[in-house]
Amino acid sequence: MAASPAYGEEKGGSSSLGEPEYGHDPASGGIFSSDYKRWGQCGRRGRGRALPVWPPLQALAALLGGEAVPEPGPERHPMGTGTGTGMWMRMVMWIGIRKLLRQLPVGPAGWQKTPEGGDVAEEVTSPVLATEAGQPTCYSALRADELRPLAGAKPAVDTGTTGPPPRHDDLKEMLDSNKDSLKLEAMKRIVAMIARGKNASDLFPAVVKNVACKNIEVKKLVYVYLVRYAEEQQDLALLSISTFQRGLKDPNQLIRASALRVLSSIRVPIIVPIMMLAIKEAASDMSPYVRKTAAHAIPKLYSLDSDQKDQLIEVIEKLLADKTTLVAGSVVMAFEEVCPERIDLIHKNYRKLCNLLIDVEEWGQVVIINMLTRYARTQFLSPNQNGLTCQQESLLEENTEKAFYGSEEEDAKDAKAEAASLAKRKPYVMDPDHRLLLRNTKPLLQSRNAAVVMAVAQLYFHLAPKAEVGVIAKALVRLLRSHSEVQYVVLQNVATMSIKRRGMFEPYLKSFYIRSTDPTQIKILKLEVLTNLANETNISTILREFQTYIRSMDKDFVAATIQAIGRCATNIGKVRDTCLNGLVQLLSNRDELVVAESVVVIKKLLQMQPAQHSEIIKHMAKLTDNIQVPMARASILWLIGEYCEHVPKIAPDVLRKMAKSFTNEEDIVKLQVINLAAKLYLTNSKQSKLLTQYVLNLAKYDQNYDIRDRARFIRQLIVPTEKSGALNKYAKKLFLAQKPAPILESSFKDRDHFQLGSLSHLLNAKAVGYQELPDWPDEAPDPSVRNVEVPEWTKCTSREKRKEKVEKPFYSDSEGESGPTESADSEPESGSEENSSSSSSGSSSSGTEEEEEEEEDSGEQSEDKEEEEKRPKRKDKEGSHKAILGSAGSPSEEEEEEEGAKKAKKKAPQGRKGHAETSSEEASTSESSSSGSDSGSEAEAKQRKVPPRSKASPKEISLLDLDDFTPPPPQPIPSSSIISTSLVTDLEGLTLTDTSLTPTLLSPAFSAVKTYELLHRMAGEGLAVEYCFSRRPFPGDPHMVAVQIQISNNTDTEVKNLRVNEPKPLSGMRIQEFPEIECLAPGDTATVVMGIDFCDSTQAANFQLCTHTRQFYVSIQPPVGELMAPVFMSENEFKKEQGKLMGMSEITEKLTLPEKCRSDHTIVQQVTSAANVGRVPCGASNEYRFAAKTVTSGSLVLITLERREGSTAQLTINSEKMVIGTMLVKDIIQALAQ
Amino acid sequence: MIHSLFLINASGDIFLEKHWKSVVSRSVCDYFFEAQERASEAENVPPVIPTPHHYLLSVYRHKIFFVAVIQSEVPPLFVIEFLHRVVDTFQDYFGVCSEVIIKDNVVVVYEVLEEMLDNGFPLATESNILKELIKPPTILRTVVNTITGSTNVGDQLPTGQLSVVPWRRTGVKYTNNEAYFDVIEEIDAIIDKSGSTITAEIQGVIDACVKLTGMPDLTLSFMNPRLLDDVSFHPCVRFKRWESERILSFIPPDGNFRLLSYHVSAQNLVAIPVYVKHNISFRDSSSLGRFEITVGPKQTMGKSVEGVMVTSQMPKSVLNMTLTPSQGTHVFDPVTKLLSWDVGKINPQKLPSLKGNVSLQAGTSKPDENPTINLQFKIQQLAISGLKVNRLDMYGEKYKPFKGIKYMTKAGKFQVRT
Repeated sequence: MAASPAYGEEKGGSSSLGEPEYGHDPASGGIFSSDYKRWGQCGRRGRGRALPVWPPLQALAALLGGEAVPEPGPERHPMGTGTGTGMWMRMVMWIGIRKLLRQLPVGPAGWQKTPEGGDVAEEVTSPVLATEAGQPTCYSALRADELRPLAGAKPAVDTGTTGPPPRHDDLKEMLDSNKDSLKLEAMKRIVAMIARGKNASDLFPAVVKNVACKNIEVKKLVYVYLVRYAEEQQDLALLSISTFQRGLKDPNQLIRASALRVLSSIRVPIIVPIMMLAIKEAASDMSPYVRKTAAHAIPKLYSLDSDQKDQLIEVIEKLLADKTTLVAGSVVMAFEEVCPERIDLIHKNYRKLCNLLIDVEEWGQVVIINMLTRYARTQFLSPNQNGLTCQQESLLEENTEKAFYGSEEEDAKDAKAEAASLAKRKPYVMDPDHRLLLRNTKPLLQSRNAAVVMAVAQLYFHLAPKAEVGVIAKALVRLLRSHSEVQYVVLQNVATMSIKRRGMFEPYLKSFYIRSTDPTQIKILKLEVLTNLANETNISTILREFQTYIRSMDKDFVAATIQAIGRCATNIGKVRDTCLNGLVQLLSNRDELVVAESVVVIKKLLQMQPAQHSEIIKHMAKLTDNIQVPMARASILWLIGEYCEHVPKIAPDVLRKMAKSFTNEEDIVKLQVINLAAKLYLTNSKQSKLLTQYVLNLAKYDQNYDIRDRARFIRQLIVPTEKSGALNKYAKKLFLAQKPAPILESSFKDRDHFQLGSLSHLLNAKAVGYQELPDWPDEAPDPSVRNVEVPEWTKCTSREKRKEKVEKPFYSDSEGESGPTESADSEPESGSEENSSSSSSGSSSSGTEEEEEEEEDSGEQSEDKEEEEKRPKRKDKEGSHKAILGSAGSPSEEEEEEEGAKKAKKKAPQGRKGHAETSSEEASTSESSSSGSDSGSEAEAKQRKVPPRSKASPKEISLLDLDDFTPPPPQPIPSSSIISTSLVTDLEGLTLTDTSLTPTLLSPAFSAVKTYELLHRMAGEGLAVEYCFSRRPFPGDPHMVAVQIQISNNTDTEVKNLRVNEPKPLSGMRIQEFPEIECLAPGDTATVVMGIDFCDSTQAANFQLCTHTRQFYVSIQPPVGELMAPVFMSENEFKKEQGKLMGMSEITEKLTLPEKCRSDHTIVQQVTSAANVGRVPCGASNEYRFAAKTVTSGSLVLITLERREGSTAQLTINSEKMVIGTMLVKDIIQALAQ
Repeated sequence: MIHSLFLINASGDIFLEKHWKSVVSRSVCDYFFEAQERASEAENVPPVIPTPHHYLLSVYRHKIFFVAVIQSEVPPLFVIEFLHRVVDTFQDYFGVCSEVIIKDNVVVVYEVLEEMLDNGFPLATESNILKELIKPPTILRTVVNTITGSTNVGDQLPTGQLSVVPWRRTGVKYTNNEAYFDVIEEIDAIIDKSGSTITAEIQGVIDACVKLTGMPDLTLSFMNPRLLDDVSFHPCVRFKRWESERILSFIPPDGNFRLLSYHVSAQNLVAIPVYVKHNISFRDSSSLGRFEITVGPKQTMGKSVEGVMVTSQMPKSVLNMTLTPSQGTHVFDPVTKLLSWDVGKINPQKLPSLKGNVSLQAGTSKPDENPTINLQFKIQQLAISGLKVNRLDMYGEKYKPFKGIKYMTKAGKFQVRT
């Protein structure tokens, strides 16, 4: 127990034992001091073993000694239920409450009047305390360790109170008064003192009494004070604990949270067990906000007592599994501070975190993204390592040079280790989880928070395939508009990135141009980036820009520019002469600093090709007369010495001049003079022998020993004497050896071994607590560790949730206000929501929502178990692509369908609205918006009448579409006429999410789960039926399309004998009914699969759905894309088949691809979501081919999508079935246009 | 994460300190003062300063250094962004953020800081949550408080933090329901000596002031959304909707907020609305120089250019300037060598000009750089990129709000090299 230094100083104070320690404290109020007196007596009574201890502890000791205290106790507190820590808490609480609550009107009403002595005695002397295993350790720890500082601390209080500085007396009086306004005034003054850094610790006893003050502002300010000084006044701080403990039990979640927050902020080691218990309890609190606070408390406790790590990790593990966005950021932060090495804790939560990410608050996002970057580096393979993809990707990159080298390297590698790489050469397929992370972080580049953008940028830089990294450039450039501090950090990172990936920032070159108003540090960083970006094509513009910089008034910046020019010259051979000439011109600049810097840079450049530049050397030799900057002079001298053969006449003369001024030169110049002399002596001894000796003699008596040493050494080396050994012969070789030209490198080179965006990267040094970014593993670790029991569910939860989140407020309002018509179908739902949350505190609608979700979750968990049993069977089939949806009959899928259906229902009204409005209104400019809103509300009114009808008869509407010759609705959803485009988009988005989990290459069964409604709950009298196309072969008959049907019973009675009756198929259609469902309990859902042979037509299959009481006429109409199954074929086969299907069988359509639909990935996704087709490999990069066979007749459907320049593309479909072809074209174009 | 915060004024006094973990001695700021001394100007103080046991991250705004002390690795932008958020919050609370204001409201400042961070990790940074927790001081409230003894601290705990729309509080009520949107575009440009554009881009923002009752759900659509190249949103904007339909759909925060900031793609040619003719020459022999500039409208789409202000940092050797403007007022500060000319509105018939002589320090050679000219201007009723808002719709509430859109083009970092 480390006592703070303050204690040490004041330890000498009185420690009179039996004295009522606080009795003579003038500041503490009457009740307070008398309390302490009683404590003192209490201590005296139990003195047998008494130490100089803090009174409550004496009381405690006395109590433990078996002495009952004839004092009224509080009601038994629910918290003290057995464990040792519980017992300690109870004690503290008991004492605290007893002393404190007495003054507090907020105390439990009336306990003071009804003393229940017996109860207390029983509680205190409870034998449980003695027998509990945990208790003695706790207690002894208390006595051995904690008592000492407490005893030491007490005098500190004494000295503080006996001789208080007079100026605080008034504050104390104010604090003791009964008026809240006076207390508040006093607290404000105290807080102002704290803010100014003045010591207000001697007011502690007076302040702490007010911890339970009724006035909320006083209370808050007391908290502020408490958190600030509790560490110094540990014993007194304990007095406040009971208040917080009471707060922890408050029914209001916000009070619970704030109690935990303050309790955990009090840095008093003695309450560690209390904190631990409170955290554990809060971690399983109903309210997500309290759980968030618990997550915040974890690092606080950890920093207080790192021994608690193991227990805290348990709590972290528990909280990591939390499904709310509120908690996610905070718990990951706790994870990072407490146990960043326990990466294994993340596995199970990885997908959930990825999916929640976009809804987490911005600060949490930063922490999560940084953590996930590290995680991904340990769990996935590098996307840039493998042959095939590497080549493909590098081709896409702008930097063709790199691509060239890349492929060459690859070739070489192949040649070398063919056998070894055989295993490796299987094409790299990105782990779907890896893709998930990349996809889910990308939208965050649009965040307004620079830290989030930077976090995503570094994630992409470290994790994304080369071809995809480019997206971050735009966002980073945007940040350059921000405050200069942000610019500073971003530019540092851009500088590092631009070395590795130059192509990425090249289009933004002009954004790095420097303004005269930029601060110098920003200018220099921009210059760095410009230099990194320079290449043969843009160098001329960059140099022109540099020319204006050179004339700047900011001389540091000019010097940096000259160095930048030097770097450009070394890196780009083409412009070396231009640069050199430019620099030479600078030699006549009037500013000496500019000249000096130029000289240094020219020196470096000349080393590359000295022979051609004797003129420049001569010019520079002349400069020695004028230029005074030592570094420049030294550089010139070195140059002349080094290349004295090129300037044989001038060199000795320079030496002569230098010899004259030798004594006045700077050391660095002197050394170079000696060097020059030595070199001249070796090459031209006739002219320079005397001069050399003169210089060496001067140097011999120089004040600087370096120079003296150098002179002695050189003399021995070059001047042959009888003593000098063999070295003499080699002197010339030594001095005039070929020296390699220096390489001018960026100081940002190789900085990327630090995680970008980190403090360590910025400082280029490892900061405390920096977690190394691990290298990619060679072998991919087992991806199945991330499988959660029900992976589908987690995904679907979050998606559903997001939707709900976004839409909810809108709907909840419309429910409330738009009357019965619109809310007809959502009412029961909202009702159930309220039910589920009414038990909780439920202070806000949002709270209830969250809770509802939890409840759903818990519902699922029970289903998890069922799922687990089924798991082994499914595992074989699905392999690593577990996340794919759609295995028939799994309960989780039912859930998902339900969610989908809910969503569809919710979406519908809005869709209608949009629809109605756009059709009924002309676009009105916003200036005349009042008219717009008029008509808008009209439209609203109109569509409000519409819903009941359309909802009641989805079946009828679908029946209207029976005509084969009318083109199908945009997305062939039975109820498409009431679901507007926005829904379609949403569904599209939904499938999109799912697709990308599957590998992009050749996904045979694209598991798009678009759910369609078969029977609405209203129409079905509580029975809701939905169906989807599972895209799996129907087991019984290969010519049938498998339709998965999900029936949920929303009535409150059982539905029996659910079956298909009287199928009335059109000619040729066959329906394979699902087995009869005997009984469906209320609230239950069942999933069955039926097969329908649609005869390759999009006509609806009609049948009756019967229950024991009723019959419903329903129909299923397939989208054309579902009437086929993917086939695999090679490129050649494809071409051959295509050749057969020309002329009438070929349908061609031109289309424009929207911007976001131009990547390979999305195109493939969109096509496969529109139709159940398989991808055919294709040599050309701008072509996509897909093939499928119709289910019934098995005729081929071949799809070719060819991208032209810009955004245009051509879609070709070859198929015997022309109707299918035309319809498919429409569907695919629609899918691509979204 | 963030350990402590020190507020330091221009003269190097620490006038406020706040610790979220254990107390860090204020002597740690000595390292900062050292760095401050080394950097000639305030804005050149490095934002990150390593010291033996801590790292100091600072931002400089409103002549105050906000210095955060951290002890271990944390993304620097995280801290910097947070500090800026703190400043924004102060500004939001007190109107201006200055040393005097902070000192006057030290208790509120302290309470706000207490709520913003928990153990150094941001807890509540949304200003509407904070304002519910701690009400911003107004004169009226101060008076009322002193009379009635009521407090500044909200006695209801905020529900916003628990909400799925944390940026909006519940139960907002207005008698006049209004929503105003300001489309403000700034032109960043560098114009070279000859008047040709070296680089020009348009950065735009849409600032909104929404005072609507209840929980309105707004959609804002553009006539030409493709113009927007790079956008960043307020968290309230539904990203998916934007991705798929290019429509801004959101439940707005209450009051003022920045809905969107965007960048118009660099491929589009930017119309430069003004030009500057300049003739600045320093002669080597004499200690006199000529100075003459004229500002004129260029591509203004028929709108008038207002609020024109020309500033230029003269070289050190300039002693004084004797100039006569054809309109507006001009000031030359011989200490900072800053020339500023408040032109006002440009009249295309009679172009404003500023002519005169420059007296240079005798004996020194002529400055080798001509000063750059910084320009500020405003054009009302025009978004220079051509962006147009198509319509604004409200769902979820029944009343009819008043809607207003304003366009404005301003000069951002608009520099003319001479």
